[in-house]
Amino acid sequence: MDRREWPLWEVFIRSRNGLDHKHCGSLHAPDARLALQSARDVYTRRQEGTSIWVVRAEHIVASDPDAKAELFDPAADKIYRHPTFYVLPDDVNHM
Amino acid sequence: MSVAIADDLRAAHVDYLLRLGDSALILGQRLSEWCGHAPVLEEDLALANVALDLIGQARLLLSHAGVLEGHGRDEDQLAFLRAEREFRNVTMVELPNGDFARTVLRNFLFTAFQREVMTGLQGSADAALAAITVKSLKETRYNLEHAAGWVVRLGDGTDESHARIQRAVDELWPYTEEWFAPDAGDEALAGAGIALCWSNTRGAWTDAVTPVLEAATLVIPAGTAFRSTGRLGVHGEHLGPLLSEMQVLQRTYPGATW
Amino acid sequence: MYTQAMDIAAARGEDPAPGQVTDAGYQAEFDAKIDRGDFIEPKDWMPEAYRRTLVRQISQHAHSEIVGMLPEGNWIGRAPTLERKAILLAKVQDEGGHGLYLYAAAETLGVSRDTLVEALHAGRAKYSSIFNYPTLTWADVGVIGWLVDGAAIMNQIPLCRCSYGPYARAMIRVCREESFHQRQGYDLLLAMMSGTAAQRDMVQDAVNRWWWPALMMFGPHDAQSLNSGDSTRWGIKRITNDELRQKFVDATIPQAKLLGVTVPDPDLRWNEARGAHDVGAIDWDEFWSVVNGNGPCNQERLAARIRAWEEGAWVREAAMAHAAKSEARAAGGR
Ligand SMILES: [Fe+2]
Ligand SMILES: [Fe+2]
Repeated sequence: MDRREWPLWEVFIRSRNGLDHKHCGSLHAPDARLALQSARDVYTRRQEGTSIWVVRAEHIVASDPDAKAELFDPAADKIYRHPTFYVLPDDVNHM
Repeated sequence: MSVAIADDLRAAHVDYLLRLGDSALILGQRLSEWCGHAPVLEEDLALANVALDLIGQARLLLSHAGVLEGHGRDEDQLAFLRAEREFRNVTMVELPNGDFARTVLRNFLFTAFQREVMTGLQGSADAALAAITVKSLKETRYNLEHAAGWVVRLGDGTDESHARIQRAVDELWPYTEEWFAPDAGDEALAGAGIALCWSNTRGAWTDAVTPVLEAATLVIPAGTAFRSTGRLGVHGEHLGPLLSEMQVLQRTYPGATW
Repeated sequence: MYTQAMDIAAARGEDPAPGQVTDAGYQAEFDAKIDRGDFIEPKDWMPEAYRRTLVRQISQHAHSEIVGMLPEGNWIGRAPTLERKAILLAKVQDEGGHGLYLYAAAETLGVSRDTLVEALHAGRAKYSSIFNYPTLTWADVGVIGWLVDGAAIMNQIPLCRCSYGPYARAMIRVCREESFHQRQGYDLLLAMMSGTAAQRDMVQDAVNRWWWPALMMFGPHDAQSLNSGDSTRWGIKRITNDELRQKFVDATIPQAKLLGVTVPDPDLRWNEARGAHDVGAIDWDEFWSVVNGNGPCNQERLAARIRAWEEGAWVREAAMAHAAKSEARAAGGR
């Protein structure tokens, strides 16, 4: 008998229109149709969602935590991207 | 709903609501037996959701039936204090769950039927019934989609799953005949714009279930002379034990509130 | 608690010595994160002992949720009103959801759900012993919600801030759902206490049977629980067994009074000096006996889980076969 485990799917839910889909957990399903249905049954029992995405976990490409320094630290010194970098005269500082 | 309904029409009306409500209740009772025992955790949650939908529908329908009946019986008195012969559910829903194939096939056949009936009831002159069906129809559409997916998965899956679900088709199909038998009460209610005749849903139901069964490579058995009669209050032998379990507390402790 | 057996493994010396440092740099970074109260995420480096401890704790927790469906599930079919039936079914369904979230959290540590489930079925993994007691009357449903879910919540709220991100997030979801469990249980008992004498007797009987097992849920006394050092540091265990137990008793006794029931402990006293209740001696022999498989329902609980799993094998297999066929057909049609 084929005892392979059902593949893992990651579930993303939009809690209401106007918001992004947000990762909320995972589940096992043999196919996309059931993955979507199970996501509804598992993760929206209390009206948590208006839209669901499911993605096979193996299809997600993730950044390497070891590369965190080169990926994210270079942004740290570009403080001129932030509005607070610029001190304007009081009269226009709400800009 | 007009207060001036003739008594016989009222009786047929109550009966009609009980057929729908009892069928939902008994199937909900059966499905809740799966809770904690399903083939995979995700299905534990899915089947419980279906059961919760059905119990919710039953509560609305029985409450409405109780009001219409006018003897002051609420949903619980109707559910827990009626005897077997007073239940009006179709026989198929009282049968034991059997295996997962039989469970999903029954869900599929019955929810497809529910969908046709509820679709027709949305314009009922009984405004309360119309409102109940508008709400229930959304649940039913989803539950049908979930069950249909499983029918195809099992029919197309492995030799074993195919054999199991084909056996379920062979065993359950004869119980569908009951749903479409002509009924004088139905006709009177249809004439008054309150209900639709179940017998009129056969075409749409057949059109709905046939493509799914075909996609699942399942064969519909030839007709037989067998007719179940649960909706007339004449059940098989499985309803009694089911009710003994379901009603035990209300029967054992009369007058208690829970 | 739901993960009581953790303490047990350590107490018996079954636990391998915690983490040999494989890489001093990584270890230092990990320690710094823990000290700052940062979260550890799945792909981050972590000491092997941390990973192993988490897998064991989270999976035991998940198993407890799943096995925990059975005692209350016993009463779904007999719930006395349709509303109570719906509430109980939704509650037991939630527990299945909790198991699912927790298995998912454990899977982020690189172990599959099937592997964890097989460990449960083979008797290698534990679940909370509380679920090895039988539910004998409808009042048991209420008492489980009130005492068992109540005890569980006490343990679980601190875990919402534990150091492992997926576990903490799962616990937030669990705790959000748990709040209704305890309340529905107490509500059910209030209804029974305002009913007939027979109903009140049923409630008192249920409290008598569940009180001590509920206190045992918090695990052995702190002095006997050896595994807490690392777990405390990692934020996986934030409050000790005895502290939690005390908190539970102090919160529960006034609720019992309001309900109109007593707890079966002749030595229970309010200790003015401590500002807390003194509790009588817990029968640890009973506790160990149940942990070791001799509780009233150990065999049945595990057998029910194994049966569901084995009888469902053909379903799971068929779904995979259909998915493979569908993919092949789609590829062929292209
Ligand atoms: Fe839970
Ligand atoms: Fe709970």
